[in-house]
Amino acid sequence: MSKPVNQRAWLLVVPVVICVSFSAVLPLMTVVNYSVQDIIGPEQRVFVGTEWFRSVLRDEELHGALLRQVIFSLCVLLAQIPLGIGLALAMPEKGWRASASLVVLAMPLLIPWNVVGTIWQIYARPDIGLAGRALNRLGLSYNYTGNSVDAWLTVLVMDVWHWTPLVALLCYAGLRAIPDAYYQAARIDGASRLAVFRYIQLPKLRGVLMIAVLLRFMDSFMIYTEPFVLTGGGPGNATTFLSEYLTQKAVGQFDLGPAAAFSLVYFLIILLFCFVLYNWMQRVGAGGPDSAAGTGGGTGGPHG
Amino acid sequence: MARIEFVGLAHAYRPRPRGPEDYALRSTNMTWDDGGAYALLGPSGCGKTTLLNIVSGLLRPSQGRVLFDGADVTERSPQQRNIAQVFQFPVIYDTMSVFDNLAFPLRNRKVEEAKVRRRVIEVAELLELGTVLQLRASGLAADAKQKISLGRGLVREDVAAILFDEPLTVIDPHLKWLLRRKLKQIHHQLRLTLIYVTHDQVEALTFADQVVVMTDGKVVQSGTPKELFETPNHTFVGYFIGSPGMNLIPCLVAEDRLHIGQHRLPVAPAEARRLAGTGDELTLGIRPEFVELAAPRAEGAVQVEVEHVQHLGTYQLVTARLDGQSVCARVGEDDPVATGPAWFRLIGPHTQFFSGQRRIPP
Repeated sequence: MSKPVNQRAWLLVVPVVICVSFSAVLPLMTVVNYSVQDIIGPEQRVFVGTEWFRSVLRDEELHGALLRQVIFSLCVLLAQIPLGIGLALAMPEKGWRASASLVVLAMPLLIPWNVVGTIWQIYARPDIGLAGRALNRLGLSYNYTGNSVDAWLTVLVMDVWHWTPLVALLCYAGLRAIPDAYYQAARIDGASRLAVFRYIQLPKLRGVLMIAVLLRFMDSFMIYTEPFVLTGGGPGNATTFLSEYLTQKAVGQFDLGPAAAFSLVYFLIILLFCFVLYNWMQRVGAGGPDSAAGTGGGTGGPHG
Repeated sequence: MARIEFVGLAHAYRPRPRGPEDYALRSTNMTWDDGGAYALLGPSGCGKTTLLNIVSGLLRPSQGRVLFDGADVTERSPQQRNIAQVFQFPVIYDTMSVFDNLAFPLRNRKVEEAKVRRRVIEVAELLELGTVLQLRASGLAADAKQKISLGRGLVREDVAAILFDEPLTVIDPHLKWLLRRKLKQIHHQLRLTLIYVTHDQVEALTFADQVVVMTDGKVVQSGTPKELFETPNHTFVGYFIGSPGMNLIPCLVAEDRLHIGQHRLPVAPAEARRLAGTGDELTLGIRPEFVELAAPRAEGAVQVEVEHVQHLGTYQLVTARLDGQSVCARVGEDDPVATGPAWFRLIGPHTQFFSGQRRIPP
């Protein structure tokens, strides 16, 4: 195979290179720039090397925010993925009921983030909000503006309310893509409802679940608007997640150097988590040679 | 294993069928013997899969009853009927090994593990899957997967019948042949009732003892491959079976002569009376294999215009025109034939006559 060599073809890539440079590379390099310098004024700056990085990694407040963030994202995944699968399984397959439930389900996804925050801020208020007042009437003392556990749970429930439909829609699409023959074969093989879920539906949903987990992880890890509107990061800093903290640093205190260093660390953390999650899910789904050997002689059967 | 009977069976997919055209399967009465190999043959959309799904219990018929060994099973689920079915595309459980796939139907029925093991190994041996038992089923080729689907039907010793819904569609041609032979061998060994849906006549004719030909939701003929070939009861069977299908030529009988367009052929008076008495829409049917070349102006031969001759190795396929109608003939490789005028003998022991679309019995 001999292909004609024409170096002028590189010219065709130039427009894309220019666009991407202005939209992604240059802004990112600005952040890198900030992260290794102390910006004192528009004309004054000092090169500080890795000092901002070191200080950011030692920052106790940041450790707290990171821990809260990780726990929050894990809770989001643990709540939304099973709930989404459950909703998708419960939805009607066809007819007007299917369309109606899709519309209702998609509603929260259409509401702007800050409006979601506002809705929940009012909905959960202990004095006039429907949910807050009902909880207090039931004898539970609930106040998201005062109690940090309440605030944290409110943010979590709000996120579940807002984003579970996305997981459900993805799973619903995945379920509809399973050919009827699988269900028919399962009926003929005498499989129980649980076995159908475990051996047909769940394996076939692997692809969409991977997308759902990654999307929900990334989004929840970068959550900003809703808790900002709902609690403003409080009480104390019970709901100050990483984005919130970053914004306080960059915009509130105008510490551009540390904020930039932290941005890069933040970016790397997300990248690392996604990489690990993706590979782990690939391995779990595909099983690999060891898991097939693990069923050795079929002793670990469906009822094993 | 069971004898399967249909009594007044019909099915429509829409809720309130009005005319016969609303029915995917029109009223059918049939009996399939225990241990037979049956093929349901017909073009796409003729109702053969509908009939199969009614047998397996995946579909509840709108009318009529299904009997297994005389017992009414119309209301029973596939599991209660103890049916096995192999689908067009291999259905395997992705996360399981081949062993677990084969064991699945038994484990679901709470069969003890020692017996499961014994059965799976027996079936794997039969299907030549013994070497891949510990591998994951999802990594195998389509033909191995289809064998696993079949194996899941065979592991249960007491299945009433095994149903196949075009099971070889996704298999490579040379493997198709091997798998088909495997099926035949299994049928001989186990004497199971096998029902095989296909639109491929070669598959149907090589696999089955009895072929059921369907079109437009109706069973038009059920018979051995030889019967379907030599004495098709319906013009559709004549046309659909055979490659190319039967030549069907409109004709009429008058004054002891058979009229094909401008041609007149002599017929015996008794034969002429028989044909004339059945109505006017008369069709002559002769398979290309039975059309003979004749000497020019020979008694009982008609003149045709040969349009093209295909050499197919062991025989020649001749396409000719007879009064604006195409006629095919299959002649020996050495027979002298060329484009231009030729003479065909259309009347012989294998010539059939159809009135309307039904064959006139001799």
